[in-house]
Amino acid sequence: MTIPIEAPIDACTRSHVAIVDHRSLDDPRAELLELERQGELIVQKIDREAVSVATKYGREKRIQKSHLWHHKSCGQCGHIPGYSTSIFWVMRKLGYDYHDPHDQTSCTAWNYYASATSNAAAQAAVAVRNFAAAYESGYFPLIHCGTSYGHYKEVREQLIHHPELRDQVRRIMAKLGKPLVLPEEIVHYSEWFHALRYEIAAKQVRDVSRIVVTVHPACHYYKIVSGDAIYDPDIYGGQRMAVVTGLAQALGAEVRNYSTWFDCCGFGFRHILVQRDFTRSFATLRKIEVMKEEANPDVVLTHDTGCVTTLDKSQFAAQAHGRNVGLAVLSDAQFAALAMGAHPYRVCQLHWHSADYRPLLEKMGIDWEKAWAEFQGDLRRLASGEKRYLDWDDADGVHDEHVPAPSPAGHEHDD
Amino acid sequence: MNVATDQHVETDAHYKVPDVAGYTEVAYEAKKQLFEQVRADIRFSDYLYGCYECGICVAACPSAKFYDFSPRRIAQAAAREDIELFYQQIQEDIWECSQCFSCLRCPRGNNPGGIVTIMREVAVRNGLASAKEALVGYTRIIYKIMSSGTQVSPDMLRPDAFPDWGPETGDVADNLDLWRRALPPETMHTTSAGWSVADKTLLELYLIWLETGALDMIAEVDGGLHSILRELMEERLEEEGIEL
Repeated sequence: MTIPIEAPIDACTRSHVAIVDHRSLDDPRAELLELERQGELIVQKIDREAVSVATKYGREKRIQKSHLWHHKSCGQCGHIPGYSTSIFWVMRKLGYDYHDPHDQTSCTAWNYYASATSNAAAQAAVAVRNFAAAYESGYFPLIHCGTSYGHYKEVREQLIHHPELRDQVRRIMAKLGKPLVLPEEIVHYSEWFHALRYEIAAKQVRDVSRIVVTVHPACHYYKIVSGDAIYDPDIYGGQRMAVVTGLAQALGAEVRNYSTWFDCCGFGFRHILVQRDFTRSFATLRKIEVMKEEANPDVVLTHDTGCVTTLDKSQFAAQAHGRNVGLAVLSDAQFAALAMGAHPYRVCQLHWHSADYRPLLEKMGIDWEKAWAEFQGDLRRLASGEKRYLDWDDADGVHDEHVPAPSPAGHEHDD
Repeated sequence: MNVATDQHVETDAHYKVPDVAGYTEVAYEAKKQLFEQVRADIRFSDYLYGCYECGICVAACPSAKFYDFSPRRIAQAAAREDIELFYQQIQEDIWECSQCFSCLRCPRGNNPGGIVTIMREVAVRNGLASAKEALVGYTRIIYKIMSSGTQVSPDMLRPDAFPDWGPETGDVADNLDLWRRALPPETMHTTSAGWSVADKTLLELYLIWLETGALDMIAEVDGGLHSILRELMEERLEEEGIEL
């Protein structure tokens, strides 16, 4: 099954899908700037080179390329760390500087959507505290988690439309010695990858043209405050979000369609932790099996913490029941990193994944057995005390014998 | 307009009668008071505009495919102010929602998932049985997020906690310290938190939980956890000379 883009493009020429919002939907950026003019809050401006992209209803959104404050994801860092390291690694390889802060908490939205043990004021204050930390650093925030991104967009809406909430959050921020500040744009890392997909493709060293991909769009990326997600008339005729698919296509992979693309992954927030019968069933019956039957992909790419977790971890039990599963699950960042030559274990940390990724690596021309042996050598160095931690040079094999060192690019600042 | 009084529901077919909705032992006024708490939330008017009864939200809803759950009924009960049905939902339905917000496909602009979020908050704040039941097994996660600032820590990945995730979970647990030290970003050399959060940052988070009443919300559902967290936070703030 191919991607159904021809029909909508025929029916709706590109000139019709213009970057003009004819539906007069809210423009959060304009509303923030108006509130700033009224002295209600501070807007952190984009102050470096940026790429312009179109959102769902045509509003222009600018994606700052460098000098970014990485708002990490607790789930990514906690149990799929190769997701986070791949984002950092790609940014370093493209030569863009960034800041990986200690002065950052989780958005706490996973817990909020799971247990409701919080409230609107607390959630807004947590968001603004993190944004204030970014503002104080001078780096522009880039959000790693799809739920953080969606939740922060929702918080921004609430702060824009409810003066009493602004007052409450402003008072709390004053106690913390921080201003009420929001960024000019709330940007998800997959938007950065999409905006820079041709720069990424220019650094590609591995051919992925034989790789068949299905894409799972993350609900909290494009369903919450949907008008702020990136759409592109050249991708699905502008009928679905453009991120992930645009990157995979720019890298030369074949993206195939499947009928349940709109379904969520089954994460459920509380279900993935305490009611996984639902999660396993939904992930395998409504997503993985449908993808396999209709598209037979080598990998499913997605762009959120919960989606990678759910689709990857839910397959083991289904496999035990003889279901038609067994499909590698990667984030778009890990896939891009692999295409750019990243080490599957030192950078992409695939040993933290459950679904079998090895056939995918073989099809990409990666000798995973050799790579695993290299990583085991790293671990021996750590275990022997030769090194306490591996660093980015180790990740690039700078210290390996007979491996040329890559040219330095980008640098990391720590608190 | 709320026309569902004790007398009225007997004759109005649009409203769930107590005998069908259940919970006849709970006074109507108590149920109504909970509904008023939901309606008083600042987000309520952003989440509900009416209902075409088209069912698009149900078609999009993953939970509706597996449970006796309907985002349409959530929106309708709220719009009609059907107190009996509302109470049934807050006790039986709301924890089945996946919070994916697929229901935002609503052509009327409703947000049934958002209404569920508010209903859950009210259920927690009032210590309803449904909230207590839903949060069984969740204590450690609430403790982790509120005390450490990150939710799913690497050391939570244990085979006994996630036996259905395959043998790789055991590999992670067996090699956790070594594998974490093999991560290039220095912020991630942690096992009990997703990344290393600065002490000052944690204190700021504690102040937020205390100032907004978020911490006190859990007093009714888990008094022990509430006491432990409150003591931890107040002690740390006191050590730093920060007054509430």
